[in-house]
Amino acid sequence: MEIIEHYLYTKEHEWISIEDNVGTIGITDYAQSALGDITYAELPGVDKDVEQFEQLLSVESVKSASDIFSPISGKVIEVNDDLVDDPSILNRYCYDKGWIVKVEISDMDETSNLLTADEYRNYLSSLDRNDGGADSSEE
Amino acid sequence: MAYQTPLIQQHISLGAKIVEFGGWDMPLQYPDGIIKEHDANRQGCSIFDCSHMGEFIIDGSLGSTGLDRIVTQSLVDQAVGTCRYGFSLNEQGGTIDDLIVYRLADKRWMVVVNAANTDKDARHFRSQLNAGGCFQDISSATAKIDIQGPLSREVLMPLVQGITRLDHYTFAEFDVLGERVVVSRTGYTGELGYEVYYPWNKAGRFWDAVLSDARVKPTGLGVRDVLRIEVCYPLYGHELNENISPVQAGLKRFLDPSKEFIGCGAVRQEILTGTSQRLVCFISQSRRAPRQGHILFSADGCEAGHVVSGTFSPALGAGIGTGFLKKEFTDIGKDIIFGDTKFKERAELVPRPFYKEGTLKK
Repeated sequence: MEIIEHYLYTKEHEWISIEDNVGTIGITDYAQSALGDITYAELPGVDKDVEQFEQLLSVESVKSASDIFSPISGKVIEVNDDLVDDPSILNRYCYDKGWIVKVEISDMDETSNLLTADEYRNYLSSLDRNDGGADSSEE
Repeated sequence: MAYQTPLIQQHISLGAKIVEFGGWDMPLQYPDGIIKEHDANRQGCSIFDCSHMGEFIIDGSLGSTGLDRIVTQSLVDQAVGTCRYGFSLNEQGGTIDDLIVYRLADKRWMVVVNAANTDKDARHFRSQLNAGGCFQDISSATAKIDIQGPLSREVLMPLVQGITRLDHYTFAEFDVLGERVVVSRTGYTGELGYEVYYPWNKAGRFWDAVLSDARVKPTGLGVRDVLRIEVCYPLYGHELNENISPVQAGLKRFLDPSKEFIGCGAVRQEILTGTSQRLVCFISQSRRAPRQGHILFSADGCEAGHVVSGTFSPALGAGIGTGFLKKEFTDIGKDIIFGDTKFKERAELVPRPFYKEGTLKK
């Protein structure tokens, strides 16, 4: 599973990359692999206020629907419209072209609730040991 | 602990994601994903393990067995070497199961039933057959492997000498890798395809032989559901159950009007008076898929039914679904709305099937 060193992560398998007070948010390689072929993304509207660890959007794969949570609180300032017509970008380029939203961060202290790349890597291996953890809800 | 088919090791080595279905550990999908599996079936050749399904043998003359009363399809005029699709019903006309009857010989039939219903069906058949009918459940000795897709005939030609003579919904016995087995030209995907009934403990050899052809891709239950929804085939537990009759599900052509069968009074009454709800097919305005349990609303927002099957359709590039809808809203071309407490999405009622390019009869 690919992990980007300078990003921060959640236990729900979202990533955030922070520059100044703007966070770019997406889903991890583990998440896209567990979801399978992603066929639909319901993007939030620009200006929407989001709370840390609350639902940010929902995505669907062929046989299931799943919620994606926001790693941080703030206001959505940009969404990746390319995902509307081609959600498979989330499978193919989850860490770059597959970014989902950019958020103006309201409380930078919340980053202390997130995992570093090393912590996320350890978390993934603990899931492997428990033989589970995929957050997709199969029918 | 779930049952396992004789091919479980094959699925694990192929990297399948295994899920429990109908009491069985089954491959949901393989690593390339459902969309590639879909395209393999529609454009090439796919192989499914359906060994979980049930097979019964009934011996005796048609009159003495009572089989004709237990199933809805016409049996008296069914030729040896042909298959017929139909149902067994309860007295109220509800569906106990959907099934295919194979006439193996003048006085011998094979009945193929759904995995999750096999035990229930066996009890029903045993209790309803006459003393003149000898019943055997051969499910645990019989693997079923489906080879489906436009290239399936070419793929099977070297393994099944004479397969080209099988027409749609016919079968014959062939020597396949040293075993005498039933091969039928039937399937559940809307494409040209075959179902091979192979001895349980030797099924791995046949599976490996078919998969050694590089044109064949293993495909799981996930895509099987997508493919059957695209061609509007019913799935027991969704379009059919013990409270849904084939008439409500739009399948009355599989009820023989000229014979007596269990439940015939109830379904004939429904045909005469009409049913208050009907099965409809609809295409989502977006890529968002309807799911079983979503509510259906009329275009002006009145609750009017519920979704029973849904998926994203790779062939159409949109969400598709089936559901039961109050009959006053069921005109083809009308808009409806599907959704739940979180969202609503517009959809259009369309004629069946969604996918019309299948090679089924090619």
